[in-house]
Amino acid sequence: MLQALREKRSGLAPCEFDTARLDTYVGAVSGLDDFRVRADLHDYDCRNNRLAQLCLEQDGFARGIAAARDRYGAGRIGLYLGTSTSGLHSTELAYRRRDPKTGALPADYHYAETQNAYSLGKFVRRYLGLAGPGFVVSSACSSSAKVLGNAARMIAAGICDAAVVGGVDSLCLMTLYGFHSLGLTAPGPCRPYDVDRDGISIGEGGGFALIEKADRAESGAILLVGVGESSDAYHMSTPHPEGLGARMAMQQALDSAGLEPSDIDYINLHGTATKSNDASEDKAVFEVFGRETPCSSTKGATGHLLGAAGITEAIVCILAIGHGLMPGSANTRSVDPALKSNYLLENRNAKVTRVLTNSFGFGGSNCSLVLGSVA
Amino acid sequence: MRVFVEGVGLLGPGLQGWEAARCVLAGEEPFRSAPTVIGPSELLPPAERRRTPVPVKLALAVGQEAFQNAARDAASTATVFTSSSGEGETLHQMCETLASAEREVSPTRFHNSVHNAAAGYWSIATRSREASTSLCAYDASFGAGLIEAMTQVVSWRKAVALIAYDQPYPEPLHAARPLLASFGAALVLTPEASGRTSASLGLEFLPGEEKATRMSDSALEDLRLGIPAARALPLLEAFARETEGEVVLDFLAETRLRIAVSPC
Repeated sequence: MLQALREKRSGLAPCEFDTARLDTYVGAVSGLDDFRVRADLHDYDCRNNRLAQLCLEQDGFARGIAAARDRYGAGRIGLYLGTSTSGLHSTELAYRRRDPKTGALPADYHYAETQNAYSLGKFVRRYLGLAGPGFVVSSACSSSAKVLGNAARMIAAGICDAAVVGGVDSLCLMTLYGFHSLGLTAPGPCRPYDVDRDGISIGEGGGFALIEKADRAESGAILLVGVGESSDAYHMSTPHPEGLGARMAMQQALDSAGLEPSDIDYINLHGTATKSNDASEDKAVFEVFGRETPCSSTKGATGHLLGAAGITEAIVCILAIGHGLMPGSANTRSVDPALKSNYLLENRNAKVTRVLTNSFGFGGSNCSLVLGSVA
Repeated sequence: MRVFVEGVGLLGPGLQGWEAARCVLAGEEPFRSAPTVIGPSELLPPAERRRTPVPVKLALAVGQEAFQNAARDAASTATVFTSSSGEGETLHQMCETLASAEREVSPTRFHNSVHNAAAGYWSIATRSREASTSLCAYDASFGAGLIEAMTQVVSWRKAVALIAYDQPYPEPLHAARPLLASFGAALVLTPEASGRTSASLGLEFLPGEEKATRMSDSALEDLRLGIPAARALPLLEAFARETEGEVVLDFLAETRLRIAVSPC
């Protein structure tokens, strides 16, 4: 991911997912069709859990959790994961194979292990051998940002000593056709904050992190220093036009961190590239931070990962801090002059100590996180 | 960890609102099962009322009753929604459309399909801009919501409402995941006792071998086991009986929740 950010590489390509016939680009993960989940978990086999396992196998993550399990005990590690649609594609496929006489779903359809929102939680719990308190957050596109708040609260309350957080969302027809029905999918690769932006590119992906108590933090570790959560109370699928809920989430995240806006070096925006999101988010960011703080959306590179957007963009922020890289916006050509924030088209190399990242979702669900380096 | 219960809302088969159902749960009246009646929500403007799916109406109804009993302003209160089943009817309609040749999905249906649809409508209806989350833990969904809501109360030192709800799926999903009936329960929880407080709650974790508290009435016990949101029933029974004691609630396979209930 670091290399892709350095090269401003975009993973978006024309949509060839399943039987979707839509004039849009997607960020698809290759190889999932032929991938299978671990044999003992075969009932959980679906695109979303395949993607979850693929993520857990990256960067030595599963090995790191095995070590944490030895340190804390499986029952003392919580598990808080976000997803929007879980294994919904398996239900879409099952609906094409209904019994012509009875309408019944095929016998090999596994509701609990694939369709239910918790199937991701149960799969990861079993894959990693964890036994602590946990659940899945499904608040649309803020899901896997909010889980960092869950983990921090649970650890502070003594319910667990550490927690695995993360999120996974995978391509399905529901989101492709659904966003298309709302007129929100771009025909080409999405262009956040562009004057000619014309909608989102749906992507799939996932990410995981281990959260431990701050007193264990060593030099080079990343601290979760602030969390802000709010609701728009405005509309199910359109953000508040003045960015009111977004502003509240950012302000709360700063307040809970005890920081001023000027303490933030870089903002990773929600930046979906719809007309309405970018305009309302820009108003909110400008209101809180003014026109100086560098900011960008990385959705031109990844597409909108929906329920996995929060965690993957938190990981972008961790890379930004670790490598002094503020990523420029892939695919954006010309920033909309109506938008007032300091939007980065090109990568900037500079010391990054504290960052804020935004995730906003359907139902007006907003979450902002502040991450920082250990001095 | 200790929190206070300020208001309760309940809807289930033969349990038509907390005020009506508490005599049944206290054992003063017999339980008579009847279909759960879920009316249109007065919280929403008329145009929205028609468009809201049944699980949303169910969540709004129990939430509204809990806030009425608590005499607390919903606009300034954070919420935790929890449901195993989410938006079943909408899911079914979308999957039918997507399996057809036309695939013309309705934009309203699409935004109604998200697991946090109830939370979104609640926030619009009550004008609450406070934090809100939407959880799922399959059969452990009620326990997950209770832990999260109690943890929020002690972390933020603010009132938090827990709204748990499950609505049976239509066929063919019903055969893959049968739920016995519509059931919703809501609690308004606070960090300090108030004039409206009815009980305090303490939370401890027990190993999974411990047995959950059963309902003495076999029909109510069927509900408890047949609907994830109804795993709340032993706790509601303890509230109704107004006696000091402990209830053990189902949670994940390895864990039970021991809730100490003290009437206030």
